[in-house]
Amino acid sequence: MRSGVLAKKLGMTRLFLEDGRQVPVTVLQMENVQVVAQRTAEKDGYSAVQLGAGSAKAKRTSQAMRGHFAKAQVEPKRKLAEFRVSPENLIEVGAEITADHYVSGQFVDIAGTSIGKGFAGSMKRHNFGGLRASHGVSISHRSHGSTGQCQDPGKVFKGKKMAGHMGAVRVTTQNLEVVRTDAERGLIMVKGAVPGSKGGWVTIKDAVKKAAPKDLPMPAAIRAAAQEAPAEAPVEAPEGGAEE
Amino acid sequence: MNLIAELEAEQIAALAKEIPDFSAGDTVRVGYKVTEGSRSRVQAYEGVCISRNGGAGIGASFTVRKISFGEGVERVFPLHSPNIDSITVVRRGKVRRAKLYYLRERRGKSARIVEKSNYKPKAEAKA
Repeated sequence: MRSGVLAKKLGMTRLFLEDGRQVPVTVLQMENVQVVAQRTAEKDGYSAVQLGAGSAKAKRTSQAMRGHFAKAQVEPKRKLAEFRVSPENLIEVGAEITADHYVSGQFVDIAGTSIGKGFAGSMKRHNFGGLRASHGVSISHRSHGSTGQCQDPGKVFKGKKMAGHMGAVRVTTQNLEVVRTDAERGLIMVKGAVPGSKGGWVTIKDAVKKAAPKDLPMPAAIRAAAQEAPAEAPVEAPEGGAEE
Repeated sequence: MNLIAELEAEQIAALAKEIPDFSAGDTVRVGYKVTEGSRSRVQAYEGVCISRNGGAGIGASFTVRKISFGEGVERVFPLHSPNIDSITVVRRGKVRRAKLYYLRERRGKSARIVEKSNYKPKAEAKA
């Protein structure tokens, strides 16, 4: 299992292919994504990498976090996230991951915080049908209907779908295809929509339900080591691919 | 310009399509590439452009309306599609609307558009 990355959602556009087909894509940007810390089995009981992305002002970063970033010798980051990796895929602290971490054609799972809808009715929130427009229905055309049975059980069951707060939760969209990457500008274009608003942070991971391609950079596509990454990739890729 | 607009501008430049200066009311002839099996040919579609949509973005489109065998036909083309072989302006129309949807309710004489006599090509459109 190799590391995922942190990215910022820029928005959507479309790409024209040579045969005239149009592909709707979401553009995600990786802003100086660096490894800030490692979690190892000996020390923490599990292995993972902590990545940081974006940039934060040092004077608005707490003293404790400044110390954490100083230890890794990286600039203060706006966003931090941990990604579980297998021990052989741990990445050195301070290494910068580039957008060619993903190859076009592969599938990824993207998680982000969905756009908040506030207090939403049952029609919008759970796709209920609502009540009739006529035949004696008054005022409650968009309400839910019955919420239960009678004196027995005499209560509304827990988890009953009703109106309430909608959105602003972490949502994962699985199996989005990577259409194009641009390592220079740190752009990843994936086909289809990604949860969250523009400017929101998302995490990108290799799809758990699709086989990873053989030519993935292992353990990651790192900026300084961009030349040596393709050379070692074929050696390590088969064992890495088999695990995923 | 934000990055999305920049990417779209780059893609438009990369497609290198020659798009004439035209707007709603103009009669245009669109050469559209049609693939039948392995063979592809260019099909001409001529009619009045009744709307332009999408501005300067890559998603821009335009609608062309014509009367085909007595039946009104409208077709929406993506402006930057590689399937568009050519766009030629046949006639420039003088209209007072950006969207000519009122033509849908009209037939014959009342659906005519007066030709624009004072058309001046834009400097950049000529280049």
